[in-house]
Amino acid sequence: MIVQRLRDDRSLLINGSFVVAFVVLLIVAATTTDSFMTDDNITNLMKQSVTTGLLALGMLMVILTGGIDLSVGSVVALAGIMAAGLSADLPIPLAMAIGVAAGVACGFVNGMLVARFRLAPFVVTLAALTTIRGLAYVYSETPVTPTDIGFLWIGTESIGPFPVATLIVVAVFALAWVFLTRTGAGRAIIAIGGNREAVRLAGVNVPRHILVTYMISGFLAGLAGVILASRVGIAQPSVGVAFELNAIAACVIGGASLAGGRGSVLGTLGGVVLLALIDNLLTLYDVQSYWQQVLKGLIIVAVVLARRTEDER
Amino acid sequence: MLSLRGVRKAYSGVEVLHGIDFEAHGGEVVAIAGANGAGKSTLIKILCGAVARDAGTIAVDGREVALGSPAAAAALGIRTVHQELTLVPQLSVTENVLLGDLPKRGGLVDWPAAHERTRALLSRTGFTGVDPRTPAKRLSVARQQMVEIAKAMASEPRMLILDEPSAVLAGDDLDQLFALIRSLRADGVLVLYVSHRLDEVMEIADRITVIKDGLIAATSTPRETNEEEIVRQMAGRRLEQIYPDRREKPGRELLGTTGLTREGAFEEVSLSVCAGEVVGVFGLVGSGRTELAECLFAAAPHDAGEIRLAGRAVRLRSPKEAIAQGLAFVTEDRKGSGLVLDLSVRDNAALATLPRWRRHGLLDRKRQQAAIEDMNERLDVRPRTTSKPVKQLSGGNQQKVVLAKWLLSRPKVLILDEPTRGVDVAARVDLYREIDQLTRAGLGVLMISSDLTEVIGATDRVLVMHEGRLVADVPSAEADEELLLAHSIGVAA
Repeated sequence: MIVQRLRDDRSLLINGSFVVAFVVLLIVAATTTDSFMTDDNITNLMKQSVTTGLLALGMLMVILTGGIDLSVGSVVALAGIMAAGLSADLPIPLAMAIGVAAGVACGFVNGMLVARFRLAPFVVTLAALTTIRGLAYVYSETPVTPTDIGFLWIGTESIGPFPVATLIVVAVFALAWVFLTRTGAGRAIIAIGGNREAVRLAGVNVPRHILVTYMISGFLAGLAGVILASRVGIAQPSVGVAFELNAIAACVIGGASLAGGRGSVLGTLGGVVLLALIDNLLTLYDVQSYWQQVLKGLIIVAVVLARRTEDER
Repeated sequence: MLSLRGVRKAYSGVEVLHGIDFEAHGGEVVAIAGANGAGKSTLIKILCGAVARDAGTIAVDGREVALGSPAAAAALGIRTVHQELTLVPQLSVTENVLLGDLPKRGGLVDWPAAHERTRALLSRTGFTGVDPRTPAKRLSVARQQMVEIAKAMASEPRMLILDEPSAVLAGDDLDQLFALIRSLRADGVLVLYVSHRLDEVMEIADRITVIKDGLIAATSTPRETNEEEIVRQMAGRRLEQIYPDRREKPGRELLGTTGLTREGAFEEVSLSVCAGEVVGVFGLVGSGRTELAECLFAAAPHDAGEIRLAGRAVRLRSPKEAIAQGLAFVTEDRKGSGLVLDLSVRDNAALATLPRWRRHGLLDRKRQQAAIEDMNERLDVRPRTTSKPVKQLSGGNQQKVVLAKWLLSRPKVLILDEPTRGVDVAARVDLYREIDQLTRAGLGVLMISSDLTEVIGATDRVLVMHEGRLVADVPSAEADEELLLAHSIGVAA
């Protein structure tokens, strides 16, 4: 009965092969290396998942409507460098808030162009990718190092055993899950990706909901940028190149359809953790970094293939 | 020519075909009738190679065949025109018709020859007036269906399967199709004709095979049987009466228009729907009836004229405002604009009323669930589980979910566009009864339909549209099919 309900409930898109891949990786990791199960490594793993996690969650919202947001990597750079730069003159929370707000503003512009002017999301956010990257360099050509140690708190400190940034990610994922499964706006966003016309005729303001997804993506990218700058202790205008690809990969591994209408918060979380695990393991095994990229690509294809065969049954 | 023995098929453990024995010969038109869920679409899918059978044999010309893929079926000369259109919207009619088989000269596509061949195919099928160079998406659904038929004809099929062609073709178009079917029969082609519409079946078929619960229930010639008999065989019980008795006295006007015009679609339409009234709109495909419904619901803008709700002129800017004013709109294209197929019954039913289920910013799922279950009970939606993706339901039940969605919004006026397309007889009866009940409680209904018996039987008054204009307003009790048809093609005295 419960199993049947879980199977029927499309919000839980975690299926067999995915769990298997996951468990196998964990067992391999824990048994064949000495360093995997150490506190340091686990903490590291959690911290590394922060950026991809936040970006993937924002990406999921956009992908659910049938869109895509390629600009998130550039937003990471802009938000980080603005927060770091402004922290010299402003209180740190305010500087960080402005950095995040810059991300929301980017999302707003993307969303307006996609939702109101009906431009193709790929084109709009591709243009935004280069524009926002340029803005980050305009703001500061050279890396900015915040002088106040307080800037590092959000990215490096821990509360108990958990890094602050990880707690933020967990909270954001929980909120996103509630949003998508338990609010009218969340259900409407999923429905828009499935059949935009049916949703419009049901009296839902489709452009507004699409706009909201791009603003969420911008917000989370901004947040990711600020946290990343804080963790590294330096904000670079060049950071975040190709981050959008990891975010998209996490969504797809997690069962999202790029055509929209399918995807879940839990699946995306699984995708994020799986990607981080793969990175972490390959590093522990001392695989040369170019081979890491090759292997990672192949693993993504394998997981998505296994998933598709299962979904088709 | 075609022979099936003991064909069985199960989906995830549930057997839907329990051993079909069936035989048909070249030069024969065999109609396959059956309620939704009886197994006829599964049978079609097996014959066109889309799904594999679990057991049984299929022989073509006495030789056993595997039919493992659509390509294998095509190689045997079996072509299918599906109910769901499969054209590539951006490509031209020619490219769609000759897809994968464009004539070449010197390695390049010979466009003049390709268009010429397409034109010839279209005129062979009797459908002129379609320019081969038009992108498929610019054609109406009926025209697209014609292109599908031409596409099936492109490979000179020996066996043609037509799945619910009359779901989109009506009037002249349907006559053209029948002419084509007769000429194919004369050429020795086997035509399998799947339809809910029994009058068509009686007209075109040499034999009528009724499928019920995964078995062949009966096979007879039109001369041996009649429509009531077939309905009884399909339903397993006699449907006393398909249409309810209507004896309502209409109340005051709920929805009205004066001189409503949308350029290129309809002109100067003045109509009125009163409380407790079911007003039918009959017209051929392309007469502007769907566009009219879209304008009434503010899903599309109008260019001139006035819309009144409860006697007051209104200017609605979006479907959202229309819903707030008590309008509801069941569209003709259930899959394209009625349902979100991947989502559950619950999500679909709740879609038009999302703000109502909000409590403390979240969806009150208990209240939502209770309301939807009540509605599904009332409309007899099967299965009752609301968590199933709506695409797993039969056509009739899908339509009930669409209706549930709109009834939950507590409309004052319900606009129905082809509400029974692809819906089996039993579900249709349910729908008509529900409409009857609702109008007794004061609802006004505007029902657009190209089914003549329906548009007369289920309504109080019928408006007829012809080339964008209302040309007749006839009380249903005095209407007859010939009169309406004559009005709709503009030949009435």
